[in-house]
Amino acid sequence: MMDLSYSRAELLVAVIARLLEGCRHVTVGASSPIPGAAALLRRELTQGAMRVTILGSNRYNAYTDGGVETFDMAAQGRIDAFFLGGGQIDGQGNINLVGTGTYPASDVRWPGSFGSAYLYYLVPKVILFREEHTRRVLVPKVDFISSPGVSAPGVYRPGGPYGLLTGLAWFAFDKQRQRFRLESVHPGHSVEEIRDQTGFEFDCPDKVPYTRAPEPDILALIRGRIRNAIGETYPRFASTFAG
Amino acid sequence: MNQQPLCELAELAAAVPDGAKLVVAQDNCGVSMAATRELVRRGVRGLHLVCVPVSGLQAEILVGAGAVATLETSAITLGEFGPAHRFIDALRHGRIRMLDSTCPAIHAALQAGQKGLPFIPLRGLLGSDLFASRADWKVIDNPFQPGDAIAVLPAINPDIALFHAPLADRAGNVYIGRRRELLTMAHASKQTFVTVEAISERNLFDDPKLVPGVVPAIYVNRIALAKQGAWPVGLPEHYGCDDAALSRYVQSAKTEEGFRRYLDEWLGEAALTV
Repeated sequence: MMDLSYSRAELLVAVIARLLEGCRHVTVGASSPIPGAAALLRRELTQGAMRVTILGSNRYNAYTDGGVETFDMAAQGRIDAFFLGGGQIDGQGNINLVGTGTYPASDVRWPGSFGSAYLYYLVPKVILFREEHTRRVLVPKVDFISSPGVSAPGVYRPGGPYGLLTGLAWFAFDKQRQRFRLESVHPGHSVEEIRDQTGFEFDCPDKVPYTRAPEPDILALIRGRIRNAIGETYPRFASTFAG
Repeated sequence: MNQQPLCELAELAAAVPDGAKLVVAQDNCGVSMAATRELVRRGVRGLHLVCVPVSGLQAEILVGAGAVATLETSAITLGEFGPAHRFIDALRHGRIRMLDSTCPAIHAALQAGQKGLPFIPLRGLLGSDLFASRADWKVIDNPFQPGDAIAVLPAINPDIALFHAPLADRAGNVYIGRRRELLTMAHASKQTFVTVEAISERNLFDDPKLVPGVVPAIYVNRIALAKQGAWPVGLPEHYGCDDAALSRYVQSAKTEEGFRRYLDEWLGEAALTV
């Protein structure tokens, strides 16, 4: 294990903030403290020019038309990036937020699909985010498709998976090939470990770089203003995640 | 004939018939846990519970208490407090009919309901198992642009909308602020029942700043005063959720016996209606 001067959560916040470059408006869904912190970091780096909506926040939520406004905005192209996770994610980018085994009497039942079966189709930059990188989560084929990674021709789909970020690596999604490509491995981990822990096949270049570590000024921001800002929505997360 | 909307909590709960299609809000919008407790106390059965667009403790307790026949929701979650054990248990044993949904589908179907439309088209959905699991959802060809497949959903017109709000007046107007889905719920439903933190002696329409955030009395059938009526869930801008109570619930509800003990204690507590 390398001696790292930052936590994994801090690395992930910094990585997501980089992925959000160029976005005008990012929305963050429920139970997403790391994407929330990352969106606030990108906003900070744009001096507030990038808009952030955090569902569940009062301060970072300028909606006045109720819960439907997120979905109306997405359908109109007013949301550039969103985050989805999954109890299971497969190599075609299908996600399962419902449960394992035979639906509906699932062996393991998760909360449900939330807005995934809509936002995944409509938001151009959907970043799949799941810290746990194991064969339990990254499976050959999901047991239930809450939302598919790709759609048949004739299905309206300006959105879709941009990539998959885990606690070990970053994969980009290739829409033509309908599969993931390993782009970088987080410091302290190896391609071999990624192969061992991933249940689906993915494209892998001969040389895979390490994920770029957070720069000192970025770390300072995360540990200061960003930790403070995300604490409004996620007080328990804010008290533990940053050094 | 319009009846006087103000009533006691028990009367409000008694007016929810067994088998009603009941629509409730998510935790950050105003959840009437006070009315939920009265519903469980009176042993309501066979509800078709529609959650806008998700629910937490409210649905979990109604399911655990055996009050729900059909559950239509995009998720049941108690967030960081842990799994919704009674919901999971009911699904495993086939005790409820599950209509898994996605958030915008519930919003859109209610919007169809408020417009008096039979159905509404919605993007997304196609090719998912979620769509395949819903026999009541269909796909059509866009009549204005052939070759563009689009899902259509039947309107939702609940029998009763139930939520908790900060303020009502004696005429039956209810202040909801920017929680606009509550207005949609009221518009789409045949009746609306509300519990409130306080009753204003002044008509809410006399204050132009409040009016845009008001559900007008024409939609509202029953209002009961229930201070801290969302507890242990929070009421945004008024009070937060009770972390200790929610943690204790999740611990208790791991087993059916633990849930029953929790329920007995909860039902035994004097209502906070002052």
